[in-house]
Amino acid sequence: MSDPVNSIAEWLRMILSSWGLSEGLITVILGVLGVVILASFVLIVDIMLVWIERKIVARFQDRFGPNRVGPYGVLQPIADVIKLLIKEDIMPNGADKFIFNIAPIIALAAVLLLWAVVPLAPTIIGADINVAVLYVVAIGSLGTLAIIMAGWASNNKYALLGAFRTVALLIAYEVPMIIALLVPVLLARSMGMQTIVAAQSTWYIFVVPLAAVILFISSIAELGRTPFDISEAESEIVAGFHIEYTGMKFGLFYAGELLHALTVSALISTLFLGGWRGPFVDQVPILGPVYLFIKSFFVYYLIMWIRYSFPRVRIDQMLGFNWKFLTPLALCLLIVVAILDKLLVGTSQAVYVLVMLGANLMIVWATVLILRKYARVERKRIGEERPVAVPPDTESSELVGQE
Amino acid sequence: MTVLQVIFLITAVVTLGGAVLVVTVRNLIHAALWLILTLFGVAVMYGLLSATFFTVIQVVIYIGAIAILMIFAIMLTRRVKQEAGSSVNKGWWLAGLMSLVLFTALVWMFSTWSGFQTTLPVMPANVDMVKVLGTALVSPNGYVIPFEIASVLLLAALIGAVVVAWERKS
Repeated sequence: MSDPVNSIAEWLRMILSSWGLSEGLITVILGVLGVVILASFVLIVDIMLVWIERKIVARFQDRFGPNRVGPYGVLQPIADVIKLLIKEDIMPNGADKFIFNIAPIIALAAVLLLWAVVPLAPTIIGADINVAVLYVVAIGSLGTLAIIMAGWASNNKYALLGAFRTVALLIAYEVPMIIALLVPVLLARSMGMQTIVAAQSTWYIFVVPLAAVILFISSIAELGRTPFDISEAESEIVAGFHIEYTGMKFGLFYAGELLHALTVSALISTLFLGGWRGPFVDQVPILGPVYLFIKSFFVYYLIMWIRYSFPRVRIDQMLGFNWKFLTPLALCLLIVVAILDKLLVGTSQAVYVLVMLGANLMIVWATVLILRKYARVERKRIGEERPVAVPPDTESSELVGQE
Repeated sequence: MTVLQVIFLITAVVTLGGAVLVVTVRNLIHAALWLILTLFGVAVMYGLLSATFFTVIQVVIYIGAIAILMIFAIMLTRRVKQEAGSSVNKGWWLAGLMSLVLFTALVWMFSTWSGFQTTLPVMPANVDMVKVLGTALVSPNGYVIPFEIASVLLLAALIGAVVVAWERKS
């Protein structure tokens, strides 16, 4: 009885086949049942995430957070859900009704779909496909699509601007994210999540910490969280793509955003923190989800820590950081890891890990040196005298001279 | 009828219906979204054939890149919401004729194709098909030359984009 999920599935399969159903139909029924259970479980966790996030942000900002409904305010999210459900549902004038309504559903579904490839235990996974890492990238593009649809269908210029900004951000940060995702794929020789987890006898965070950091940064950008939340910058474009959404439609976007953070944390834990790996997990597979969620919530805490500690960056700084810093760094790391991996064929595990770790630290050191040099040049440039404003009747030739 | 066949029929109807709507709806954004549904239907077809790699690649490239680019182009076009004018021009009969010829040719080709009779080759167990594909792409006995030519072409396009966008400092 160490693996309840598969035993229950076997038991149901026996009952259904004793009813005389065909093999194919039973597989479909069990598949649908699995999807419903996994999605419901994740969505229930999502409701609790509202409380966790509000409680932790309150601690960061030196206040109490929700503390009126239930003990420590744990029932607050349920009150929130009821409030969202009974709110008036407003359809903006001139909105594209169908697209407007379907966008929040796609946004949440794109997040839920990611859980199909997250391995919860050695024997429990939605679909152990051999292209799981690529699947994560593919589903990410559905999320982008939902945001474009929401922004366009709202018939609001701020919504459209927010959508444009979001897409610029998502497309840009997809590049270092994919390159960083390639590193564990390269080390495990597979794109399947179970294989990657099984290959992590040493957690990949200790082998290629730099890849984990790059993936972490670009994931925060993909989430659209501070310091990369230019798509919702309240002071500039009010609320971005979901400005016109009310009630539960807004609730779906909100739930999707929170769940996306946890999902990304689960993916990072799977790829770099050993996923379900932990003591006694081979004997008792049901411990796998426990370990995975402990690791995921740790990563989720880091994401929140960054979110509530950093100010928002400007859009040009954000894109410059991505294209001029993160992408070359990720490419450089990938090349180094690929070459070292070939050179270290046949060496022992300890040597392999130490050399990889050393190479990562070398890259970090070189990066810091280059950044220092760049910062010195930049400080000098800012320190220079700037062109002064001139009255409008000045000759144009004088203007050129002053520049 | 097996469950797979039912799923195939539903997917086929959705894919073809989406494709018809792409060319008949008047709103350009709606046409682009129907196109996405059609492309998604094709991805499901690949999935039904257990070609997981192609399923995922179809979504990444066609929906993640091409469709989003198209939507952007349409959104940046002015007066996109005004639905004026006919959706066909004077040469519609020529396009119809060409489609008919192509369709007939395809039907004729498939009716004489012997591939329908061959049984599916059994996949050897425990073989990572993605790995086999990757090895074929870079092995000298496989497709390394087309692969490298495609890479050079893409690199040239990338450099071209940089050159076009280059801000020359005088």
